[in-house]
Amino acid sequence: MARLTINGKTTEVNVNPSTPLLWAIREQVGLTGTKYGCGVAQCGACTVHIDGKAVRSCIMPVAAAEGKQITTIEGLASGGTLHKVQKAWVEHEVPQCGYCQAGMIMAVAALLKDKPKPTDADIDGTITNICRCGTFQQVREAIHAAAKA
Amino acid sequence: MITTPKINRRAFIVGSAAAGAGLALGLKIPFGATVVRAADGSPEINAWVVIRPDDTVVIRVARSEMGQGTITGLAQMVAEELECDWSKVTTEYPTPGQSVARKRVWGDFSTGGSRGIRTSQEYVRQGGAVAREMLIQAAANGWSVPASECSAASSVITHKPSGRTTTYGKVAEAAAKLTPPDPKSIALKDPKDWKIIGKSVKRLDTVGKVTGAQVYGADLKLPGMLSASIKESPVFGGKVKSFEADKVKGMPGVKHVLAVGDSAVAVVADTWWEAKTALDALPIVWDEGPNNQVSSDTIAEMLKQGLDAPQAFVRNQNGDAKAALAGAAKKVEAVYAYPFQNHAPMEPMNATAKYTADRCEVWVPTQNGEAAFAAVLAASGLPADKCEVYKINLGGGFGRRGAFHDYVTQAVHIAKQIPGTPVKLLWTREEDMTQGRYHPVMQAKMTGALDASGNLTALHLRLSGQSILAAVFPQNLQDGRDNLAFQGLDPSGDFAFGYSVPNLLIDHAMRNTHVPPGFWRGVNINQNAIFAECFMDELAHAAGQDPLEFRRKLMTKHPKHLAVLNAVADRAGWGKPAPQGVHRGLAQMMAFGSYVAACAEITVKDGNKVDVKRIVCATDPGYAVNPAQIERQIAGSFVYGLSGVFMEECTVKDGRIEQTNFHNYDSMRIAQMPKVESIVMPSGGFWGGVGEPTICVAAPAVLNAYFAATGKRIRTFPLKNHGVTMV
Repeated sequence: MARLTINGKTTEVNVNPSTPLLWAIREQVGLTGTKYGCGVAQCGACTVHIDGKAVRSCIMPVAAAEGKQITTIEGLASGGTLHKVQKAWVEHEVPQCGYCQAGMIMAVAALLKDKPKPTDADIDGTITNICRCGTFQQVREAIHAAAKA
Repeated sequence: MITTPKINRRAFIVGSAAAGAGLALGLKIPFGATVVRAADGSPEINAWVVIRPDDTVVIRVARSEMGQGTITGLAQMVAEELECDWSKVTTEYPTPGQSVARKRVWGDFSTGGSRGIRTSQEYVRQGGAVAREMLIQAAANGWSVPASECSAASSVITHKPSGRTTTYGKVAEAAAKLTPPDPKSIALKDPKDWKIIGKSVKRLDTVGKVTGAQVYGADLKLPGMLSASIKESPVFGGKVKSFEADKVKGMPGVKHVLAVGDSAVAVVADTWWEAKTALDALPIVWDEGPNNQVSSDTIAEMLKQGLDAPQAFVRNQNGDAKAALAGAAKKVEAVYAYPFQNHAPMEPMNATAKYTADRCEVWVPTQNGEAAFAAVLAASGLPADKCEVYKINLGGGFGRRGAFHDYVTQAVHIAKQIPGTPVKLLWTREEDMTQGRYHPVMQAKMTGALDASGNLTALHLRLSGQSILAAVFPQNLQDGRDNLAFQGLDPSGDFAFGYSVPNLLIDHAMRNTHVPPGFWRGVNINQNAIFAECFMDELAHAAGQDPLEFRRKLMTKHPKHLAVLNAVADRAGWGKPAPQGVHRGLAQMMAFGSYVAACAEITVKDGNKVDVKRIVCATDPGYAVNPAQIERQIAGSFVYGLSGVFMEECTVKDGRIEQTNFHNYDSMRIAQMPKVESIVMPSGGFWGGVGEPTICVAAPAVLNAYFAATGKRIRTFPLKNHGVTMV
């Protein structure tokens, strides 16, 4: 049993404390926007925010996330208004298949919080998510657009 | 990937014969005034178009959207002829079961071979045109005027003489009752009059992908559903000898420990994480069979023998290459090798199945709904009218989810053992990496003859390696020859070789392995473009000529190939000085009906750190339905292709694949992404593909630039094996 605060809402999840946060989010809480891609923190599809920082949830046990503010892609927009990164993603038509994009967007949102006007070098050093469709050119454009928004 | 329908048709004949009738799914087919209705009750004008009372236009798309933009592009084509308001367009997938019941009214579902648009463009445009004529006729009937006095634009029908207007939504019910006109009686628009086709309209499917709302196969939830994790014999062709179910049955959430066929074991649990955890703990003994003796080295040796084997399948020849080579003033020879590679789409393989004695339903992200349906029929043993497949969004496909539905077969075999309970089977990434349908392994030996003036007088390109068709669709071999192996090297057609060589021989010594091959984005053009275009570069340097000029002399009879090559050379400034430290390389190819070329600009540090700065790419796909999406496909294909040539190799040891996850099977990140400049230059008169063709020119262009930078020619891949990395 663990108490998780996800997108501002506290939920009890009945899992072994070693269960990765990703699977508690997907299977216990039922939020499936956060994706499973590799399970070994390589691809970043499972990226969520823990107390505002981008974290790969597939290797973080739920026990370590207790008492922290967890934000998933479903909680990024406020009310009915998309986050500026999401808006830039729509405007620049970034997603192809879209499977990795929730993680990509969460990583970028955390980057912009930390560095509101990131350089290309900042982006290269921070955004290490895998996208097999190869959306990187649009990702970079959209990051710069979101930074200006 | 031009072959799946044959298998499907056979399966459908078997299925529908068993059912006794094709039309048993409760769908009403229009006879007289019977209206076919969509699930929400809205009338279907024809198979392609449903119109709701509020004027919403629902366009049916049989091909699968996996990121390439096909649902938007196909909807553009229907909408163009339909003359509907694009802002009111939405799309839906028909199901394969419905299509079979309606005599395949939606045509081919197969989404691969870059054919989504090019092979369905005519009938989907006709579908839109027929619906438009029916809507106009219905309005004319209502006004008691001749249809010829009415016209339609933006979902509004106008009676010109009186100025009366109505909307599609208002006449849809009446239109749905009309007998459709013969599509051939309606002239399709001249491309110069297109208003929606050719425009970079926004994709129809973006928002759900940025909010987390879009449901992929792996996200599916059904009431009462259990989840399954599976392990297939790590050695291809091996079997399960035994497993100790009792050791894990008491673990949290575990419901069933099951044999799946004779080669896999699955754990079914309340949640997938519980299933996976128990499966990891489950002792399984495999009967590996004789294939456990095979390694990358033994395979490479077998292929090497094929390079000089006397017997080979000939695909493209003129003159007498062997004689001309024997008497050549100067001979150039090189051997190249391309490895096994895995697709690794971001969403691991999955399928959800529910089985009862009289119905089997499967929800699956698939590139080919009909092939998935055929797999369901075969695995369930039920006839076509008792099976259905619901296509779910794909988290990438790249060819893994088209011809192969092994995960569907597995899911049905699991569900059959738990009748009435829906089971979602999701593979681990490790399973995905080790149970692929791999890019075929291939070597090539090329020998060229140059005369005293440096003209290429003869070329022998010998392929040696795996045949995809022999493994997957052997019925499509032609007298044993796999024509797909020669993609880009053909004498003519959609994969025509772009050079005229007086004495030419291109042949293939087929050398198959137990590692299952598959259709990997671009299929055989990936290695064929490297072989042909890097060797062309080698020949040019051996002749002391500029690589562009050397090619141009051989391309005078191939004006469209030449046009894209010239376009990238011009844009990149070939022949003009490059910035300090920047080196350029060229490549061109024709594939999937389109002409493509690239000029890469790179810098190389310390001889092995390659920074791909910019790639200029040109494509002539005949018609460009949505240029913005074509540009995205070009840039995306370069990520896939360059990841392949720099980083990706599946090696074989003890009969199994050694790479298990992205830590040892890497993929490009944003830091490594070059600036991609796309020149979309449709010349009209033919329909070429978009998703795949460009993938093949990035690698040889970069490799030729690497030679220009270093004087070193690397001929075996991936480059990481030579310590060469992408920075």
